[in-house]
Amino acid sequence: MTGEAGRIFAIAWKDLTAERRAKSNFASVAFFAGLILLMFGMAVDADNDTLAVVAPGLLWMAVLFSGVLCFNRSYERELEAGALDALLLYPGDRRSIFVGKLIANFAFVALVEVVVVPVAAVLYRLPVAHIALPLAGVFLLGTIGFVALGTFYAAMSSRLRAREVLLPLLLFPMLIPLMLAAVNATGALLSDSLMGDAGQWSKVLAVFDVIFLAAAYVVFEYVIEE
Amino acid sequence: MNRHHAVDTAAADLPAIVVRAVARRYDSRWVLRGVDLTVARGSVLALTGRNGSGKTTLLRILATLLRPNRGSVHIFGADAAANPDTIRDRLGYLAHAAGLYEDLTADENLLFAQRMGGQAAAVEQREAVLERVGLADERRERVRGFSAGMRRRLALGRILLRPPTLLLLDEPYASFDAAGISLVNEVARETADRGGAVVVATHDMERASVVMDARAEIVNGLIVTMPVHFAGVA
Repeated sequence: MTGEAGRIFAIAWKDLTAERRAKSNFASVAFFAGLILLMFGMAVDADNDTLAVVAPGLLWMAVLFSGVLCFNRSYERELEAGALDALLLYPGDRRSIFVGKLIANFAFVALVEVVVVPVAAVLYRLPVAHIALPLAGVFLLGTIGFVALGTFYAAMSSRLRAREVLLPLLLFPMLIPLMLAAVNATGALLSDSLMGDAGQWSKVLAVFDVIFLAAAYVVFEYVIEE
Repeated sequence: MNRHHAVDTAAADLPAIVVRAVARRYDSRWVLRGVDLTVARGSVLALTGRNGSGKTTLLRILATLLRPNRGSVHIFGADAAANPDTIRDRLGYLAHAAGLYEDLTADENLLFAQRMGGQAAAVEQREAVLERVGLADERRERVRGFSAGMRRRLALGRILLRPPTLLLLDEPYASFDAAGISLVNEVARETADRGGAVVVATHDMERASVVMDARAEIVNGLIVTMPVHFAGVA
């Protein structure tokens, strides 16, 4: 595989291989996400009905915070020992860096979700078994938009000194509409509104996905420059 | 490829590197104040200057990693601002930092470079390169355990995967042992002999003098061309 497809594959392969080797990264991020669910669950201290109402928000908040750690890590690896400069010196379309990182980050966040959703189901006693497939669909749509923006803003903040702080400051406000749609779609599913609100919110999510993916793809090569 | 060939043909008689009035500042500090520099094809230029004089900045501008605030850079006839990919396609840059991935092995780092460079993932080529840079026995070891010298050898190996016609070496003798230094000079000479151009930014004139054809010094943000016979003074 050569050309842009080869470069995209190379970036995704490299990030996922490095992530797989440094096992502690995934373990600590998944643990962190579980901890968020536990802490917020304890802080809310609610009955089962109230928990079912707030659970979608808590679930996505856990994904949001753990995703930010993943995005930061994705570019930290490039900054270690000047690898970003070496990466930028390869000829070809720099947007293949974005797409490669998008794929790797998506895989990482999706894996975190595979851990987080069952943990939330147990902690908050959520009836997820019978809505597993549509729920997976909502998480798929929500995660695409989230990872597209996260990968983009992580690139933008990667050369800044306080990038760990700046990334959430830049990213979170932009994610508000996406998160609203994701939380509402998840909430609708959990409240058995399978064909009603969940479908509508999923369409909104799909629209955000297209907008975020297109905008990030187009602008990426300008933000990765020094 | 055709595009690059067209540039080559049209610019066959031009110098390899032409830098005109290049200025670059960081915040309010002007590091380069109007650098003019010409490097002939088939030559090795040693670039010297005090710490902070702007050697690395100039190399990064030549490598298309930095844009000058003023001035122009042409490499083999191609305008660096307008055609950066033409330059990247023929560039080898050995920077201070090796630019390797710690959690990948030596072989995987080269495999990544092959894929990013649009090359076929040829095992034999990687083996030959690792052999040449003296890391054949460490090919399956992760870079995290490598010494600084081994990392630089691997970074040099990455350059050798796609032999460049423009080779930029930033303090290339640091961290290398005697064999490594010979290897760096050998690669520089080979590049020049292929009709390419090499710029070696260094404080170590004794080692650079073995391979250099010309010498320039950056003083107060400007280039001062030095006679070659000054080289070799320890």
